[in-house]
Amino acid sequence: MSGQDSYDFDVAVVGAGPAGSVAAHQLAGAGHDVVLIERGSEPGSKNLSGGVLYGRALEAVFPDYLDDAPVERRITRNVVTFLNRGSRVAIDYSDDRLADPTNAVTVLRAKLDPWLAGRAEEAGAMLMPGVRVDAPLLDGSSRVIGVKAGEDELRTRVVVAADGVNSFLARAAGFRPAPEPHQLAVGVKAVVDLPAATIEERFGVAPGLGAAHAIVGDCTLGIGGGGFLYTNRESLSLGVVLRLDDLVKRGLESTEVFEHFLAHPGVAPFLEGGEVSEYGCHLVAEGGQAMMGRLAVDGMVLVGDAAGLTINSGLTVRGMDLAVGSGSVAATVVHDALEAGDTSLAALGRYEQALRDSWVGQDMATYAKAPAFLEEPRMYDGYGTLLADVLHGVFDLDTRPRRRLWRTALDTVRHSPLRTRDLVSDVWKGVRSL
Amino acid sequence: MKLRAGVRDRLSTVRFVTDDESHIEVNQEVAKATGAAAILVAVCPAKVYSIRPDGSVGCEFAACLECGTCLAVAPEGSLTWHYPRGGFGVEYRQG
Ligand SMILES: Cc1cc2nc3c(=O)[nH]c(=O)nc-3n(C[C@H](O)[C@H](O)[C@H](O)COP(=O)(O)OP(=O)(O)OC[C@H]3O[C@@H](n4cnc5c(N)ncnc54)[C@H](O)[C@@H]3O)c2cc1C
Ligand code: SF4
Repeated sequence: MSGQDSYDFDVAVVGAGPAGSVAAHQLAGAGHDVVLIERGSEPGSKNLSGGVLYGRALEAVFPDYLDDAPVERRITRNVVTFLNRGSRVAIDYSDDRLADPTNAVTVLRAKLDPWLAGRAEEAGAMLMPGVRVDAPLLDGSSRVIGVKAGEDELRTRVVVAADGVNSFLARAAGFRPAPEPHQLAVGVKAVVDLPAATIEERFGVAPGLGAAHAIVGDCTLGIGGGGFLYTNRESLSLGVVLRLDDLVKRGLESTEVFEHFLAHPGVAPFLEGGEVSEYGCHLVAEGGQAMMGRLAVDGMVLVGDAAGLTINSGLTVRGMDLAVGSGSVAATVVHDALEAGDTSLAALGRYEQALRDSWVGQDMATYAKAPAFLEEPRMYDGYGTLLADVLHGVFDLDTRPRRRLWRTALDTVRHSPLRTRDLVSDVWKGVRSL
Repeated sequence: MKLRAGVRDRLSTVRFVTDDESHIEVNQEVAKATGAAAILVAVCPAKVYSIRPDGSVGCEFAACLECGTCLAVAPEGSLTWHYPRGGFGVEYRQG
């Protein structure tokens, strides 16, 4: 190894999303020389999400985040809707306990990310915006010794790849394969402006509080994925998430599915009178644990979306909290490695175990079967209709004598195109994967 | 109502800093042989791709929202795609 002087920084963190900014904050706070490199001219300018941040992980790093960070609303109402062509069935869950302590908040990334990066700067990290890293800098034995950006090379002891779902850093040196289309989904989103009072009235929430709607079924024209409709202070974040293999297989246009969602009778009334103030799209890592692969190589660790850390349980999309959690775990391991003067794979490889032992790894393991379960097309077509048919049997009182609920349900199943065997097996798989 | 005005109108809500060099390159021969055009046109949420009268793939890179969807599904060898140079491309103000 070369001497101390030949390093520009102890650590280069590539990507100022939640994973990168948290890792940079922790490492700079521990006294290391950290550069935080971001390709956008400002942190957040390239980033987009649905926007429900499960905040406990962030609170562990920044106990004051609820008062200080640009958060939109505290989510106390969660609605899951099966949207069919002529019917809808919803589970509507509100709970005061979700407000105290605050469990989840909505955020807009172009506002949150600059705040996070600012915190990393306050801790001593040097933010370098408007710089695209092209590849890791490798020595003769494929050890990562820094990063390359255009003509420039930065030499560092450790690189933290926090460069998101497309992580070219992880791909560049063949450390990880490019994800498969079934492990990715494209999110197509709009922010629709509405007055706060209108939002509170339509979504049945008090000022400052908010609702998160997850929608499956006809709103994506049956494509694997779903819709989301979240409340911000004075706008809604809404859109569809479409699994790429299914989108391609069905030959539908992503924009056409998005139009269909906006105009859907189950969605449109919420948007009435609103104006689109921004449109956008971004990939979601959907592969779950199977997509994680290698998280450390000689001289480099992977965090957040770059490591495939997203959980889509069908009810919640989580990635920002896992990004924060993994950034934090990685920082601990990198800190120990720097202190011990050994940043080889032997030392950095401890990150994999540390992550597995943390709540991040445990949640990834708990939901390991969810992606395969959610690839089942019946989720997006059959079940919503089946539920509606059962309820139709209960509520459509047409003077014929009623039967008990379970008989109605059994009959509905028997007459539906779904096979009882599939239904039983799906319920069983659902219980085991979610 | 500004909601259903279509992709063009919606894209006008997005701020871009346009580079003079394209970050997307279509290999027309491979694209032709693999039928990439139809896939690219369908998946892209920004309608960056089009099919030209001669059957080749048109690409209006300046409207790209940098999601990476096209790269993930493009038939092997039909597309070279990387992020725009630092500081260029889409600039979300909300995200
Ligand atoms: C439509 C949609 C809805 C979602 N909904 C939710 C939700 O409700 N809740 C939730 O928790 N999660 C949600 N997610 C997932 C969440 O957005 C991600 O998991 C999270 O942003 C990952 O954080 P990250 O820091 O790992 O990566 P990112 O936030 O993607 O940050 C990566 C950063 O690296 C930068 N970068 C990339 N390459 C380079 C390079 N070569 N050089 C320099 N900089 C580079 C990027 O510009 C970016 O700033 C959603 C995602 C999408 C797309
Ligand atoms: S990256 Fe996304 S927005 Fe850009 S051309 Fe590809 S699919 Fe379209």
